[in-house]
Amino acid sequence: MISVEQLMEKKNSNKALSVQGLTVRYGSMVALRDVDLTIMEGEYLGIIGPNGGGKTTFLKALLGLVPFDSGSIRIFNKKPRETGKLIGYVPQVSSLDKAFPITLYQVVLTGRLGSKLSWFHQYSKEDRIKADEALEQVGIEKLKDRQISELSGGEFQRMLIARALTVEPKLLLLDEPTASVDAQSREKIFSLLHDLNDKMTIVLVTHDLLAVSSYVKTLACINEKLIYHGGKEIDEQVVEHLYGCPIDLIAHGVPHRVLKEHEEGIS
Amino acid sequence: MIAALFEYQFLQNAVWASLLASIVCGIMGVIIVEKKLVMMSGGIAHTSYGGVGLGYLLGFEPILGAFVISLLAALGIAYIKRHGGTHSDVVIGLFWSMGMALGILFIGLAPGYPPDLTSYLFGNILSVTQSDLVWMLLLSVIVMVIVISFFSYWKSYLFDDEFATIVGIKTSFLEYLLFILIAMAVVVLIRVVGIVLVLALFTAPTAVASLVSKQLSERMVWATFFGIFFSLMGLMISYQLNISSGAAIVLVASLVYLLAYVGVVLSKMKCRE
Repeated sequence: MISVEQLMEKKNSNKALSVQGLTVRYGSMVALRDVDLTIMEGEYLGIIGPNGGGKTTFLKALLGLVPFDSGSIRIFNKKPRETGKLIGYVPQVSSLDKAFPITLYQVVLTGRLGSKLSWFHQYSKEDRIKADEALEQVGIEKLKDRQISELSGGEFQRMLIARALTVEPKLLLLDEPTASVDAQSREKIFSLLHDLNDKMTIVLVTHDLLAVSSYVKTLACINEKLIYHGGKEIDEQVVEHLYGCPIDLIAHGVPHRVLKEHEEGIS
Repeated sequence: MIAALFEYQFLQNAVWASLLASIVCGIMGVIIVEKKLVMMSGGIAHTSYGGVGLGYLLGFEPILGAFVISLLAALGIAYIKRHGGTHSDVVIGLFWSMGMALGILFIGLAPGYPPDLTSYLFGNILSVTQSDLVWMLLLSVIVMVIVISFFSYWKSYLFDDEFATIVGIKTSFLEYLLFILIAMAVVVLIRVVGIVLVLALFTAPTAVASLVSKQLSERMVWATFFGIFFSLMGLMISYQLNISSGAAIVLVASLVYLLAYVGVVLSKMKCRE
């Protein structure tokens, strides 16, 4: 016999992420207001929104990097900061110092560090194997010993994904993964994410509405408030809410369209 | 000078002090420059002057006072960096001046003739005593062990502290620890180049090393090497010409950096042609 609690637990365990009534303020400015969002395991969610709409803040709240005023966040039933190795995070390329003296391989290895500071720490053989696997997965194993200052935007981005993969996460969070890459790398990154989605839940945020909508499984929009759209159709109302004017959709003369059909015209 | 080196204890002490100071500023300088903490380190160094004054007033070793006050300043500045938001540089600027002002006040209150403080402000490597050396050795060893032992964590923290936090590394602990190490490094350097000139020894060897190497650890070794070269050159010049050793060391360091920088710019221009 399975008890009610066990059933409940089983049901909850399918939830990768559960956010309720999340409000984040910076001083008197509200960055996020009353955000609710539930993501099931295996989902591939794209969150779009204008710059300054609270996308990065939302990710950072999930990661426990910004404190929130009210609401609750549970990631696989754990609070932010208690998630340990459940989350892999891929920050914006522009938030990092590309001149820092470090090789690509050393960056990827840092994903293997744990919470316990051990004296005279050395990376283990297992750490190196996992790092090699991640490099192979994203396809940059040949660039292992390159200085990060010598990488292109796309290579740098894939390095950050590899670093997040060495954590062996169940949930992968990406902040603007295609902001600083060319069209070809963008395709590669999205097909990589598509493959990764077999093994993990993925949430990515971007201001690039065109880039994301043809690749992700579900969509949400964020601009202070978050609206979950489930399937990936975007209509006028959504865009108006986000950007204040009906750009793009009207220009194409199709009031209610799936962006996937326009894939070729984009890149 | 070589003959004098074997003859005089104070010259031997000076050479040992240069070596220790160079190791410490080689290691810490690279971290400070990469993490963009140069101004904060300046704040810690200058605040320590209050400790020197307090030592004179209450009758204990001024360098001990500098150590305690710079530790407190380091913890205060680390806290402000974490919680102060955009106003942190204002507060650090105030720390900087307030420490100096307190130093002057304490020394003014101390009975008797005012002592000569230029050796604390601008350093006097030729007056380093054996007990100074023991202090410097102890602090240098602590700095080395902590940096080398946790090197993987430092690298992760320096490159991307948010990611380090997310994988569970205690970055706030590392940050406070880093500021304590900076305070220790400052105390080691005070005897060699003085409070006012500390920043030059943190930055100049590192800057030259960054032209030579692109590896963090290698850069620390190069910075140490350049530090030794600068301080021994400066020491020799100061001994021969009878000028302030701190000033001589700093001028040598800055001059070499300028020459190296101009060299790099010129060779780049040649490449383009």
